[in-house]
Amino acid sequence: MRGAPPGARLWDVTAHAFHSDFALRVNGADRPLTLDHRVTLLDALREHLALTGAKKGCDHGQCGACTVLIDGERVNSCLVFAVAAQGRDITTIEGVAGLAAPEELHPLQRAFLDHDGFQCGYCTPGQICSAIGALTEAARGWPSHATADLAAGVGAPGELDADEIRERMSGNLCRCGAYPGIVAAIREVAGADGGGAPARAGAAGGAR
Amino acid sequence: MTTLQRTVGAEVTRVEGREKVTGAALYAYEYPVPDALYAWAVQSTVPRGTVRAVDPAAALSLPGVVAVLDSRNVVRLRPTDTPELAVLQSPEVAYRGQIVAAVVADTFETARQAAAAVRVEYDVDDHDAELTDGDPRIFVPDTVNGGYPGHTETGDVEAALAAAPVVLDATYTTPPEHTATMEPHATIAVWDGDTLTLYNGDQGPWMTAARVAELFGLPEGAVRIVADHTGGGFGSKAIPRPPTVLAALAARAVGRPVKVAATRQQMFTMVSYRTPTRQRIRLGAERDGRLTAIWHDALQQSSTLTPYCEQTVTCTRVMYAARHRRTTHRLAQLDVPTPSWMRAPGEAPGMFALESAMDELAVELGMDPIDLRVANEPARDPETGHPFSSRNLVACLREGAARFGWAGRDPAPGRRREGRWLAGTGVAACNYPALTWPSTATARAEPGGGFTVRIAAADIGTGARTALTQVAADELGVAIDRVTLDIGRSAYGQAPWAGGSMGLSSWGWAVSKACRALVKRLDEVSGAIPPDGLEVRADTAEDVEARRAFSRHAYGAQFAEVRVDAVTGQVRVDRLLGMFAAGRVINPRTAGSQLRGGMCMGLSTALYENLETDPRFGDFANHDLATYHIAAHADVRDVQAHWLEEDDDELNPMGSKGIGELGIVGTAAAIANAVYHATGVRVRDLPITVERVRAGLPAGPPAGFSAGPSTR
Repeated sequence: MRGAPPGARLWDVTAHAFHSDFALRVNGADRPLTLDHRVTLLDALREHLALTGAKKGCDHGQCGACTVLIDGERVNSCLVFAVAAQGRDITTIEGVAGLAAPEELHPLQRAFLDHDGFQCGYCTPGQICSAIGALTEAARGWPSHATADLAAGVGAPGELDADEIRERMSGNLCRCGAYPGIVAAIREVAGADGGGAPARAGAAGGAR
Repeated sequence: MTTLQRTVGAEVTRVEGREKVTGAALYAYEYPVPDALYAWAVQSTVPRGTVRAVDPAAALSLPGVVAVLDSRNVVRLRPTDTPELAVLQSPEVAYRGQIVAAVVADTFETARQAAAAVRVEYDVDDHDAELTDGDPRIFVPDTVNGGYPGHTETGDVEAALAAAPVVLDATYTTPPEHTATMEPHATIAVWDGDTLTLYNGDQGPWMTAARVAELFGLPEGAVRIVADHTGGGFGSKAIPRPPTVLAALAARAVGRPVKVAATRQQMFTMVSYRTPTRQRIRLGAERDGRLTAIWHDALQQSSTLTPYCEQTVTCTRVMYAARHRRTTHRLAQLDVPTPSWMRAPGEAPGMFALESAMDELAVELGMDPIDLRVANEPARDPETGHPFSSRNLVACLREGAARFGWAGRDPAPGRRREGRWLAGTGVAACNYPALTWPSTATARAEPGGGFTVRIAAADIGTGARTALTQVAADELGVAIDRVTLDIGRSAYGQAPWAGGSMGLSSWGWAVSKACRALVKRLDEVSGAIPPDGLEVRADTAEDVEARRAFSRHAYGAQFAEVRVDAVTGQVRVDRLLGMFAAGRVINPRTAGSQLRGGMCMGLSTALYENLETDPRFGDFANHDLATYHIAAHADVRDVQAHWLEEDDDELNPMGSKGIGELGIVGTAAAIANAVYHATGVRVRDLPITVERVRAGLPAGPPAGFSAGPSTR
């Protein structure tokens, strides 16, 4: 790792003084990189790894278009520096298809097609990754603002009503207004996946 | 050829759907262009003045910075009728947020850092950025956007109002709003000699190419647009905006490809917004509800650069019969960014005012608001006298009412209480012109048995690629999997934009004509396709020109059911139902999505959207999605769109009307009318905030109040 010379004022520091050699594990493969520390995970994926499925909608964690999975949890990749994602398991929309069964679309991808859960498609990768994360959280019993009894949490994902899905997906904006189709798609998959959901981690949620 | 089942009217899944759900679909910024640099715009911090000096030294000292551009070192552009596209052509500043310099660097991060290091000094002039009625500079434009007259008048509206037994006189306001496309405007510019390729988020590839060529003084065809997928447009990507021009200028200056992506913050001043409006409506009526006078006046703003005035009162011209009529647009040119198109420009804010006023009149008359509209149904277009090619507004109102469950509604406001909630229902009509422009397309029979159809259309999420594939397959008499439909390239020839809801009507006609001509050619050669294929080209210019004089519009009725928290004033929209008449629907799946999407945006404008003008700075105070609220998942509950079977032979070969904008028209009025029904509070200013509702609510908890969850 290279750094700024001692005594340098911030303004004098050149961009090139702040680079690191490291690797990111993306969709099951280690990808070596040399990157400016200011590069976000989103820009690392899009500009340096040619994985443009994650979208830049606001670059400030306000729209959800950049959502990816890190160690299975949904994360706004525009709010994570790439160097901080070393050693984590990153899944982007390009790697989602293989998650459920090799070579096949993920059930959520199929459901988005069947319910026309998108129009322009720009928020879609983020919506799908976010939905995967949301269903994982629900499978642990994690409550949301729409949960009637916060202490009790929720049952299986298949028991989530539309208001629960809407609340849990509200970090992912869709300007085309495809919300009704998106919610229908997620509800369908939540029901189908209910039986095979991971064990609950308790009403208060997991350790994270 | 074998006769196959027609695909027009079938629920075909989007042909590019798989690409979109797997992340494979490429948007403008994502094309792999080698050797590209990154440009970052420096925006003016003053609303009016002159750039006195640009000091690039600190920026240039950063390793990786290739150039700092300002008005002194970029190529001269040709004069343009769209002055905000004259990027870096003069030191004059006409609005806050105007591009006054730009940095080109080898990385995104360095470009951003360097842009912050560029020092710009200004000679600052006084500015006026406040829209005030009574300003002596306000004028009535001869024509407004779309070519409509600025002012129309029939009969003696003032005398009719004076004589009318019932008069409604109310003023409505709508705020500036932003398209806020999910994909910020982005361009990659690549020069090859005097040929320019722009990978561009774009609603109209051919029209953008023509406009950019004109700006750079290049011959037609020297600019090529690539826009396979566009992440939302809503009008903001129908013409090139400053970031596109900046990319081309910067790439020219540094001799390498350049990528530009507007940041979300830059979007709010750089790429157009919907003008605020102040609308006064006066209606005169007989006691039986028949209108005798309609007077609709709309005040709007534009920049000092160009007198853009949108068609806010044009819906009023076709909606209702009345002998005495006056409709007027008034415009003030201020030191503000230039407003431009946003989904249903004019129609959306205009119909909020008119359809709110009709509801108020119905209350005044003690009449059902649907009956009031039916009583004023005109036999012919009230303004032009032309016959309607089709209308069916009354059928939409009646059928929509039946599906919504309108019958038996108690019109008295504030009667339905459920715990802390007050519930109510409202209705509003909507309309949008059925426009068609000339277009060209080519159809080609390939030796292998497939067909390739090419047209410079754009699919910004409308489903155009899918619907055009269906139109082509039916005309060719083949299954849709034998048709490859290529769009998104200016090189495919003259075609209009995805705007004014004219896309499918215009493009579909050209595709239909090209395919019919190809079938004829194939018959002539007995199906013998030469090794390099058989291609025909169609141009619908004469066909469109030859259409008879009709009033062509799509219509609809929108119904809303809301709950209002009697203590906080919070509004929740439990249900929206739209009943539309829009000719023949090509693809019910994508059409339903488009109409529901419009209604969602209508809900969003009703309750949330508001660019907060700050006259001190000549700009908006909110520049991001945390402060400019758009409807999120939790805000959108039951939304249904239905349509009538409608046969209209006076439109185009498909018999279709555009639906991209129809769904957003009327929604806000239906919601405002429902809020009135729920609470007795008439909110005439959008958005319908808790403060505005609460101001009209009685103090203290209502009878029947019980604490309970308020947020669901």
